[in-house]
Amino acid sequence: MAEYQNLFTRVQVAAPSYPGIPVTGGGSGKRDGTPAHIHLLGRLGDAQLGPIHLGWVGIASILCFLTAFEIIGLNMLASVNWDPIQFVRQLPWLALEPPKPEYGLAIPPLNEGGWWLMAGFFLTASILLWWLRMYRRARALGMGTHVAWAFAAAIWLYLVLGFIRPLLMGSWSEAVPFGIFPHLDWTAAFSIRYGNLFYNPFHMLSIAFLYGSALLFAMHGATILAVSRFGGEREIEQIVDRGTASERAALFWRWTMGFNATMESIHRWAWWFAVLCPLCGGIGILLTGTVVDNWFLWAVKHGVAPAYPAVFPSGADPAL
Amino acid sequence: MSKLFDKSGPLARTSPWLFLAAAALLLVGCERPPVDAVQIGYRGVAMGQVVNPRIAQAEAARHVSPAPLPAVPADGPRASEVFKNVQVLGNLGAGEFTRTMAAITAWVAPQQGCAYCHAAGEDLSSDTLYTKVVARKMLQMTQQINAGWKAHVADTGVTCYTCHRGQPVPAAIWFAPEPSVQAARMTGDKRGQNTPSATVAMASLPSDPFSPYLEQDTAIRVTGLQALPGEPGATIAATESTWGLMMHMSQSLGVNCTYCHNSRAFNDWSQSTPQRMKAWHGIRMARQLNVEHMKPLTDTFPAARKGPTGDVAKISCGTCHQGANKPLMGASLLKAHPELGGTMVAAAAPEAAAPEAAAAASAPAQ
Repeated sequence: MAEYQNLFTRVQVAAPSYPGIPVTGGGSGKRDGTPAHIHLLGRLGDAQLGPIHLGWVGIASILCFLTAFEIIGLNMLASVNWDPIQFVRQLPWLALEPPKPEYGLAIPPLNEGGWWLMAGFFLTASILLWWLRMYRRARALGMGTHVAWAFAAAIWLYLVLGFIRPLLMGSWSEAVPFGIFPHLDWTAAFSIRYGNLFYNPFHMLSIAFLYGSALLFAMHGATILAVSRFGGEREIEQIVDRGTASERAALFWRWTMGFNATMESIHRWAWWFAVLCPLCGGIGILLTGTVVDNWFLWAVKHGVAPAYPAVFPSGADPAL
Repeated sequence: MSKLFDKSGPLARTSPWLFLAAAALLLVGCERPPVDAVQIGYRGVAMGQVVNPRIAQAEAARHVSPAPLPAVPADGPRASEVFKNVQVLGNLGAGEFTRTMAAITAWVAPQQGCAYCHAAGEDLSSDTLYTKVVARKMLQMTQQINAGWKAHVADTGVTCYTCHRGQPVPAAIWFAPEPSVQAARMTGDKRGQNTPSATVAMASLPSDPFSPYLEQDTAIRVTGLQALPGEPGATIAATESTWGLMMHMSQSLGVNCTYCHNSRAFNDWSQSTPQRMKAWHGIRMARQLNVEHMKPLTDTFPAARKGPTGDVAKISCGTCHQGANKPLMGASLLKAHPELGGTMVAAAAPEAAAPEAAAAASAPAQ
């Protein structure tokens, strides 16, 4: 039974296409497309592709996303003078920048940030519509809405970065550019400007939850794979009817560290760690510049940042 | 199509190898370890210099200072008595003056020889060639650096060779960038950034770190100075621009951020190394040299020597440093050529040097 120790699923059962359960609750249960079976997909998950439920919310979301995508992409293409080769070569460097600082919250000319505002509007509309779609699909299936709320935590961070904090700072120029390297440079510049984000306690919490999420994911994934030879991957069944897989998983952790989660609670751990990562991060970003201007000095003031002995001579500010 | 994705299809069979190839591809841009790391700060603050000894060894030849010409007696008639039109080094002995000329030829125009500045067939005093006029201004500039910017060059000083390295035009000079054609259009203004540019170590930062800081006097400091917000501070755009300058300095000196800064508080002078003070003066030195020595030469240079917008070649940190934290690894050619030290500036060329000497004296207070 070495199959489950592999990254890939090595046993695939070929079965006829399954359209999914009929839905009688709220929302449309309609689904479109003829299912296809792809072996490589089956190595990673389910080999059956489709059918899918799109609905008007999904269509509107996709249209808004494509609009934002086109605005960003065509601006990038224009920025290399419509040269497709340079577009590919420079793509990681290219960006659609937010409005220039001199415009504050006013609407700037298109080439000085107007396109960014438009792209931001459509991308935000697309994301919010996609959230609505997740919420409604979960409801239609009679599920809880945990996925939608986890997604909402990520949307919170996105809105803080691109909308709420720029509003509070009174300038769109505080927002993040759309671009691969440029958004990373924005991140580091943001930390330098506001005196080192590592001293922001909400940034600390966010990192703790980020690394914690990775740790929990590794522990949980490994535990379930390790007991899948006893049927452990049927986690939901094991919650209500604890079998030998669940017993062994619990015992393993009780032996190694005293405390163990349960088949049910481990998923709450995972959900909260994942959700708290962007939730805390968003709070940390929101406080930066609005409530705290220099996190290092803030940390010195509150006894967080230690002073180190001088090991080289350092002079006074030469400009004073 | 379906065959491609089959269980025994080509994709399924080759995918492990594709993963391996992709992983190998990700590593090809990396330097081969090991590197030497030298701790310079208190333990735990991650202040260290990282040097790859193999790269440093390959680069070493670029930072070797040439042997100085043998010294000659300082007595005898003065250069100004023997030669005509000697404006800067006139009170050198004639022999010393000739030695200086020979050294300049070896440092700046070894291939072209004397005729690079002295028009062939004309008297040596002739100022026909622009290169001679520029050379005279550069001599004054060198003297000003050595006499007035000891806060940056110390007693090591600079000579023509520090920048020229045997080339009539130093390798690392800069021009104002061409304005973007897209800026005047409806889309695609890059705002001078988001281009892989060597000036900022291929980052997407603003790629002209020179004009705002080494020509104009744009504020470099961006970090908030109090824990809580007060007056509106620097913008993110200004921060990225400053960071571009820092990348230029890092590249030019072959050092990382912690050569000058404690990265936990980049702006805090009380946690910075003494090198940051040197750099602070260096920025102001480069700015003054560009404004007072290079820009006045704009009309002297022919169009072919100017930048895309018609501006004169200008100086950055890299012009002297060329990848070394101390140019030429700290070797001082100046000691063998004290005439470039600037002590004779006032006596030799009073009309040209007097205002500059005054500026130099007040420079560190700027």
